Amino acid sequence: MTTGKQLIKGNTAIVEAALDAGCRFYAGYPITPQNEIPETMSWRMPEEGGTFIQAESELISINMVFGASAAGARAMTTSSSPGISLMQEGISYMAGCELPAVLVNVMRGGPGLGNIAPSQSDYFQAVKPGHGDFHIITLAPHNISEMYDYTFDAFDLADKYRIPVMILADGLLGQLMENVELDRSRKPALLNAPKPWALTGASGRKGQRIVSLLMQPGALEKHNMDLNEKYNLIKKNETRHELAGMEKSPEYLIAAFGTCARISKGTMNIAADAGIKTGLFRPITLWPFPYEALKEAAKKVKKVFVFEMNLGQMVEDVRLAVGDDSKIEFYGRPGGGVPTAEELFEFIRGKVK
Amino acid sequence: MAEKIVYKKPDSLTDKIFSYCWGCGHSTVHKIIAELIDELGMREKTIAVAPVGCAVFAYDFWNFDTTEAAHGRAPVVATAIKRVHPGHLVFSYQGDGDLASIGMAEIIHTANRGENLTIIFINNTNYGMTGGQMAPTTLIGQKTTTSPAGRNIKQNGYPIKMSEMLAQFESVKYVERVKVTNAASVIKAKKAIKKGFLNQLNGTGFSFIEVLSACPANWRMEPLAAKAHIDGVISKYYPVGLIKDIK
Repeated sequence: MTTGKQLIKGNTAIVEAALDAGCRFYAGYPITPQNEIPETMSWRMPEEGGTFIQAESELISINMVFGASAAGARAMTTSSSPGISLMQEGISYMAGCELPAVLVNVMRGGPGLGNIAPSQSDYFQAVKPGHGDFHIITLAPHNISEMYDYTFDAFDLADKYRIPVMILADGLLGQLMENVELDRSRKPALLNAPKPWALTGASGRKGQRIVSLLMQPGALEKHNMDLNEKYNLIKKNETRHELAGMEKSPEYLIAAFGTCARISKGTMNIAADAGIKTGLFRPITLWPFPYEALKEAAKKVKKVFVFEMNLGQMVEDVRLAVGDDSKIEFYGRPGGGVPTAEELFEFIRGKVK
Repeated sequence: MAEKIVYKKPDSLTDKIFSYCWGCGHSTVHKIIAELIDELGMREKTIAVAPVGCAVFAYDFWNFDTTEAAHGRAPVVATAIKRVHPGHLVFSYQGDGDLASIGMAEIIHTANRGENLTIIFINNTNYGMTGGQMAPTTLIGQKTTTSPAGRNIKQNGYPIKMSEMLAQFESVKYVERVKVTNAASVIKAKKAIKKGFLNQLNGTGFSFIEVLSACPANWRMEPLAAKAHIDGVISKYYPVGLIKDIK
């Protein structure tokens, strides 16, 4: 993959972004629809002088990433929904130990083994992960350029805040090939930033530790409060969203992320042709969720249409942001159902006439 | 009169006093590991992985870099650390609940990949930290808090012999079972762990040292009786000695 204009697959874009960001450790386990990532990593990572390991389970993948991160390396693992469930234990440990890493979830339908079709069924397990009182940053790309850009950015975000960062994609974004213009001249800002906390051998110092076990009375409570301070800083500094179509003073707002946001852009055009003006609010960070920006945008419209490829997960955060349930109209397709732009438009038309 | 130092605490131990129970094998094994790391001059190039179990507190006592690992996952955490720092001495220290039960997949695949690591496996035939429940290593008939009538073969199968099992793998280079019940056996245990460390440093590959270790509190025994129990009963089922050594 080179710089400039090219036809690439979402899963491949993630591999190249990780390598460009200085990721030199990858462990992953096969699961559809993200197999191109470990497959490509198996030869691209050694080309870059890094370590590729085909882990024997997702538990092993995430715990290898834990070890590599503890040792100071930029590390990544990728999976799809059922595999992410298995990783939740490790994600919680990494959050507790404040270890940076990039995790990619190319979502498929669930629950259980579900199917291998694109889905947004894991919004909950991305923004409300694992056991214990913690958060991870979650970025939701909606095209192939963003699969590259967000993955690249995720490594700096992870190091900056010592936190796991998840890219929440889906089977469509993973498998889609798109002609994109890639700027590969960017250099990761924090690649060479010191990691004094990392385990590199106690050279000229006492031994240090990476732990999440805090048994002294009050120690864990303090740790949780310290983590919360960090989370507040992330909310303040890193909350991102896209707001489109507001210049035309729309009466209605669509709120959608990832693939549903992409489809909704088509719906906006169809609606415009039918004389219905809509705007689009697309959260880019699902955690931290852009509550304030959505609250402001929602004030300017009569209704907020929430579209998801699930039966209503992000809509809970939309309701919190908007603060007026009578304004919310939800439409979702679970189990691998991908709505068409026309289908979403018909839903809007049915509610506004 | 000039003082002659005949013994001192290893630099690889912190000043914290061991908090393990009286007669527990962990303190002994922690200390011989620290002595060996001093002797090998590796204090500044060692990264250890502590388990979930009593020895999770190992990092309170060792004065070298140590990380925690989720229950059973220590071998794969160690794998990644070793791949990132191939010149360092990396080892995991795990109990039998951690390694032989919840971490079975991790230890088997790490062994089968032939990672250039040293694994120290503390077998005290029960879950120590949680109060003495049955482990896969619990002896037949052994009473624990979850096998109050004694381990029953029909329900629980036979105690797993991890060392003998792992020795079957082509990539496993060195397996030895030792005990820490008296001075002579502690010296042998130290020799075995040293060999495991040297194997890693000279690139020989995967080494596994099983240490039969007393758990007087959960066995409901006095420390000396617990050590005699290892010598007289436990080591009959888990025989000590060299199991595999391939150059």
